[in-house]
Amino acid sequence: MGIEVIVEGLTKSFGNQTVWQNVTLTLPPGEVSVMLGPSGTGKTVFLKSLIGLLKPEEGRVMVDGVDMVGGRERDIYETRKLFGLMFQDGALFGSMNLFDNIAFPLREHTRKKESEIRRIVMERMEMVGLLGAQGKLPGEISGGMRKRAGLARALVLDPQIILCDEPDSGLDPVRTSYISQQLIDLNAQIDATMLIVTHNLDIAATVPDNMGMLFRRELVAFGPREVLLTSDEPVVRQFLGGRKEGPIGMAEEKDEATLAAEQFIALDDTPPRIVPQLQPSPGLPPRQAVQRRRARVLAMWDQLPVAARTAIKAGLAPVQEEHA
Amino acid sequence: MTAPPVPESAPEAAAPAPGGAARRRGIPGTGALRETGQLMTLAATTVRDTFRRPFQVRELIEQFWFVASVTILPAALVSIPFGAVIALQVGSLAQQLGAQSFTGGASVLAVIQQASPLIVALLIAGAGGSAICADLGSRKIREELDAMEVMGVSPVQRLVVPRVLATMLVAVLLNGLVSVVGTAGGYFFNVIVQHGTPGAYLSSFSALAQLPDLYISEIKALIFGFIAGIVAAYRGLRPKGGPKGVGDAVNQSVVITFLLLFVVNVVLTAIYLQLVPQKGA
Repeated sequence: MGIEVIVEGLTKSFGNQTVWQNVTLTLPPGEVSVMLGPSGTGKTVFLKSLIGLLKPEEGRVMVDGVDMVGGRERDIYETRKLFGLMFQDGALFGSMNLFDNIAFPLREHTRKKESEIRRIVMERMEMVGLLGAQGKLPGEISGGMRKRAGLARALVLDPQIILCDEPDSGLDPVRTSYISQQLIDLNAQIDATMLIVTHNLDIAATVPDNMGMLFRRELVAFGPREVLLTSDEPVVRQFLGGRKEGPIGMAEEKDEATLAAEQFIALDDTPPRIVPQLQPSPGLPPRQAVQRRRARVLAMWDQLPVAARTAIKAGLAPVQEEHA
Repeated sequence: MTAPPVPESAPEAAAPAPGGAARRRGIPGTGALRETGQLMTLAATTVRDTFRRPFQVRELIEQFWFVASVTILPAALVSIPFGAVIALQVGSLAQQLGAQSFTGGASVLAVIQQASPLIVALLIAGAGGSAICADLGSRKIREELDAMEVMGVSPVQRLVVPRVLATMLVAVLLNGLVSVVGTAGGYFFNVIVQHGTPGAYLSSFSALAQLPDLYISEIKALIFGFIAGIVAAYRGLRPKGGPKGVGDAVNQSVVITFLLLFVVNVVLTAIYLQLVPQKGA
């Protein structure tokens, strides 16, 4: 089972510019979470802070008892082996071919024999559909292939926590659907805690168990997907609807005048329709996270808004029937 | 050199206001101190990580071969005229003073103690160090180094240590080559061109030069190689911004190395001349 990631009061700034402040959330073990946010709200910075690549000024990130912000460098290096991070453009080593790239973590951290390494690497390459490309250099393949190779490399050490930085950027809609399915299948197979940073609405609607959103240097919300999908928070509504009307402007925030003018535009008040979550491909075991999440959501039932409860009930109904 | 420390690359983050980091910094001069401190920290980390398992043998061999291959020929080609210039200059000066018989000793000492380690270091910094800096810098901006850290592999241990060891090793070995070629060049010009006597050249050589002169030469080369490697790595690990930043970093690494080399050379020479009694003095 995946590992819980606890973020407490995290604040990060560059110079005197605050990226976000006082972010507190918990990534539940084994569940898939998505962090949304308009471009430039520090989603990637958040991801890099979780793994200790960037050091926020305040707060803690607790992973397996180690503080990734202020802990000892040696502990942080040890704990990083629990992570798999898929970079935005793969971040493959340009001087190595795909096989060596994917084999890199194995060669560095394990004493496996070369034949064993070959078997594992080939298995992962098959998983992301890259068989036959193992001899190519990262410069010789497309952006989508680089991304998938980056994913394969992130997976090779069987990580407990998987972080994906915009798995969809630069991919066509079909490939994005494939990668969404791949992420869900992965979760079913290895039950790792996953955090996906994206601004892709399809991924946001179909993949996660939990959703969060960063805007205006704050975490607007974080919770079960139904909470955000039914939220009447203007920022969340605007973002999930992909509309122009709302607090998000081209340069991050709108001025008062524009906002006032928009008051007159009638917003459609139809509640957003919740798309069912993706299921693992046939033949794979069911996701263990589903049961855990159900227990967790029911435990916090009283704090949930009414709209979210209705949505959750609708989503849970088939499951309850099965048990009845 | 005193530029503000770069906020680590954050392509998608809210871009920091230009000069944001500079404004936070109060007293002038602290930037330079901070940079110096970070350079020293990298040097200390590199020395520490040299003894940490697993040692990157393959990377070391590759880097050694690379640095050697780009420096051997230029070093040899530079050292011949350099030895010649010293021989000609010292030769004509000694002639004016009426001490032609000591030309050999004087020019050989100058070549071995001063010229050879400096030539080696300049070439290693210029040819090897710049390539190392550019290599690390472009890996940094392509997030390769971040990826490495995420996988729990320290870029210092994996990449910097073998490179610094390679520059040190090449410096020591190359220093021997340059000393020999420089001395031979000096001999050729003194004996053939200036019509000095071979016997006087060789006997003054053994009258004035001693083995510790060779030792200090090699120690200098070792230290210069270390400086060249560390400065190149330091600049390479912290390029500012994109590809242009890597270019600037390479430029700075070479200039900083040159400055450091000459200062350190003065210190080492002064210490050596104080500590080791010179022959015939």
